[in-house]
Amino acid sequence: MEIKEAIAGTLESGDIMIRIVPGQKPGVDINLSSSVAYQFGNQIKRVIADTLAELGVDGVTVEATDKGALDCTIRARVTTAAVRATGRDVWR
Amino acid sequence: MMFVPGNNPGMMADAHIYGPDSIMLDLEDSVTMAEKDAARLLVYNALKTIDYGDTEMVVRINPLNTPYGRKDIEAVVKAGVDVIRMPKTETAEEVKEVEAEIEKVERELGCVGRTKIMAAIESALGVVNAYAIATASPRMMGIALGAEDYTANLKTQHTPDGDELRLARETIVVAARAAGIDALDTVYSNLNDMETFRREVELIKTLGFDGKSIINPRQIEVVNEVFAPTEKAIDKALTILEAIKEAEAKGSGVIAVNGKMVDRPVVIRAQRTIDLAIASGILKKEDVI
Repeated sequence: MEIKEAIAGTLESGDIMIRIVPGQKPGVDINLSSSVAYQFGNQIKRVIADTLAELGVDGVTVEATDKGALDCTIRARVTTAAVRATGRDVWR
Repeated sequence: MMFVPGNNPGMMADAHIYGPDSIMLDLEDSVTMAEKDAARLLVYNALKTIDYGDTEMVVRINPLNTPYGRKDIEAVVKAGVDVIRMPKTETAEEVKEVEAEIEKVERELGCVGRTKIMAAIESALGVVNAYAIATASPRMMGIALGAEDYTANLKTQHTPDGDELRLARETIVVAARAAGIDALDTVYSNLNDMETFRREVELIKTLGFDGKSIINPRQIEVVNEVFAPTEKAIDKALTILEAIKEAEAKGSGVIAVNGKMVDRPVVIRAQRTIDLAIASGILKKEDVI
C-alpha cells in the first residue's frame, strides 16, 4: 500500500490533528503532544494504533496533537488521515 | 431541532447536554468541500459511540447530485441514524431516489425500514410540490422550511418580520398535516435579537408548526417556553383524556366533560397538549401513561 503524507483534524478544543507520513520501517511510530498526555497518553496512542491496525495501514509515523478529543474523534481523524494517505476508502 | 456542524467534534460531543428534542449533524452547508470526507467519518464515529439518550439524531446529507450524497447515506445508515434530512428538496422523485439508496444499505445490514426521511424545502418549486414531497415515501416523518435558499430563489431577502415566508410556511404546514407528518420551521440566525426570535416562534406556533430549527443552545429555552402549554391547559387535557379512557372502558360513545361535549378534534387537541408538555419537559412520559 503506497502511503503519502496526509493530515486530518484541527487544533480546536475537543479535536485532534493527525499527520501521517511514510515510515522508515514496518510498524507504527506515534509522537503524541497532548495536555492530558500524563493521564491519557497511553490510551490515545492505543486508539491510534488500533485504528490503523484495523485499517491495515502499516509502516507509518503518526504525529498527533491532541486537544482533548474523545476516542470516537481520534478514530475518525486517524481514519480520515489514513484514507487520504492511501487514496483508498479503507474505512469500509 | 438544533443544527450542529458535522466537522466540529467539540460541539457534537456537547450538543445533547442542552436538551434539544433533536440534533441535526450537518454534512452539507457548514462543511467545506475539502472536509466532506472528514466530517462524514466524524459523524459516523460520533453516532456509533456517543450516547445521545432519547434525543432524535438527524443528519443533513449532501444532495445525491454531488459526489458526496451516496457516501453520506451509506455512512450514516451504517451508524444507525434516526432520520436523514434531505437538503433543497424539489420533487417527490428526489425523495424516492434517497429512499432507494437508504434501502440498499439497510438490506445489507438487515434492517429495512429503520431510517426515516425529512425533506427541507428551500425553493419555489419545492413549495409548489410540498404535498407530493411529503407523501413520496412511508419513511417521510417531516418537512422543513429552509428560508435562506428559499428567499434567494424568490429573488427577495429574509426579513425580521418574515412576510416573504408566509405562503411557504402555510403551504408546508398544510402539506405536512395532510400527509400526517411533522412541519418544522427555518432557523433564525441573529442570536443578538432574542425578541424577534421569540415573536417568530410565537408566529410559527400559531401557524401550526411542530417545532423550530435552531442554531444555538441559547434558543432552546425560548422555543420550549413558547411551545409549552399552560398548567390550566394541561389539567384540562388530562381530564379529557382520562374521561375518554373511562368512556372507552365502559363502551360508551359521546361523552361530556364539565358540561361540554368531547368529540374527536377535542381529543386530538388534548393529546397534542400533553405531547407538547412532555416535549417541553413539564410532564414526564411515565406520569401520563
